[in-house]
Amino acid sequence: MNFAFWIEALVAALILAGSVFALIGSIGLWKLPDFFMRLHGPTKATTLGVGALVIGSLLYFSTRGAGLSLHELLITIFLFLTAPVSANLLAKAALHQELKRSKKTKGKVWPQ
Amino acid sequence: MTRRRFFPHPWLSLFLFGIWQLLMNDLSAATLAAGALLAWGIPLLTRRFWPDPPRPRKPLVALRLTLCVLGDIVAANLQVARLILGPARKLRPAFVEYPVALSDPFAVGALASIISLTPGTVTADVSPDRKTLLIHALDVANEQELIDTIKNRYEKPLQEVFPCSQTPF
Repeated sequence: MNFAFWIEALVAALILAGSVFALIGSIGLWKLPDFFMRLHGPTKATTLGVGALVIGSLLYFSTRGAGLSLHELLITIFLFLTAPVSANLLAKAALHQELKRSKKTKGKVWPQ
Repeated sequence: MTRRRFFPHPWLSLFLFGIWQLLMNDLSAATLAAGALLAWGIPLLTRRFWPDPPRPRKPLVALRLTLCVLGDIVAANLQVARLILGPARKLRPAFVEYPVALSDPFAVGALASIISLTPGTVTADVSPDRKTLLIHALDVANEQELIDTIKNRYEKPLQEVFPCSQTPF
C-alpha cells in the first residue's frame, strides 16, 4: 500500500464520481417533464461531473513526475463562465417560443 | 490619468496572465515574459470594448463569496441529483421574480450566473431595466425563502464588492 496506489485509488474514485454525476445529469434531461425543468440537469449535475473528472485528471498528470499539471483548471473556469450563459439563452428562447410548461409550475412568465 | 491609459484594466490583465500560464502549463522565463506582454497588450488593444470596467473592492469579501459559491455548487449538484432521481411528480417547479438591488451591470451578470450555477435555479430572463430577474426553480416550497436566501448569501456580498456603477444605464 504505497503512495502511488492511494493516488490511483483516489483518481479512480473521482473519475467514477464524475461519470455518475454526468450520467445523472443526462437522466434528468431524459426524464424531467418540461423543458425548463430539463434545463437544470445539464447546468448543474454536469458541472460537478466535469469538475470531478478534471480534478482526477489533474491529480493523475501531476503525480506522473512531469511536474504540476494545472491547465485542466481552465476547463472548469470556462465551463463556469459559459454554462450559465447558455442556460440563460436556452431559457430565453424557450420563453419566446412559449413552450409548454408543467401544469404545476407556479408563478408567471413575462410576455416576450 | 496616465496609469489608466497605459494599464486600463488591472484585473483583466491579472486574469489573462493567469489563463496564459495555465494554457502553457509550464513556468519558464519565456512563458512568463510572453504572458506579461499579452496581459498588458490585450486590454490596451480592446479597451474600447470596455468603457466602464468593473472596479471590485474588498478582495476578502470577494474571496469568501467565491469559496461560498464553490461549496454551494457542490451542494446544489447533490441536491439536483437527488431531485432528478426522485419521483418527478413530487417536484414543485416555479417561476420566481427576483428584485435586484445591485446597480453595476457586471455585478448583475455575476449574480445571474451564480443563480444559474447554484441551488436548483436557472436565470431565465432579465427585465429591460435590469431590476428584476426571472428565475425558474426546480423545486421550491416557499418563494420568499428562496428570494431571501439569494439576497443574503450572494447579493449582499456582491453589493459590497461592487458598490456602485460609474455610468448610469
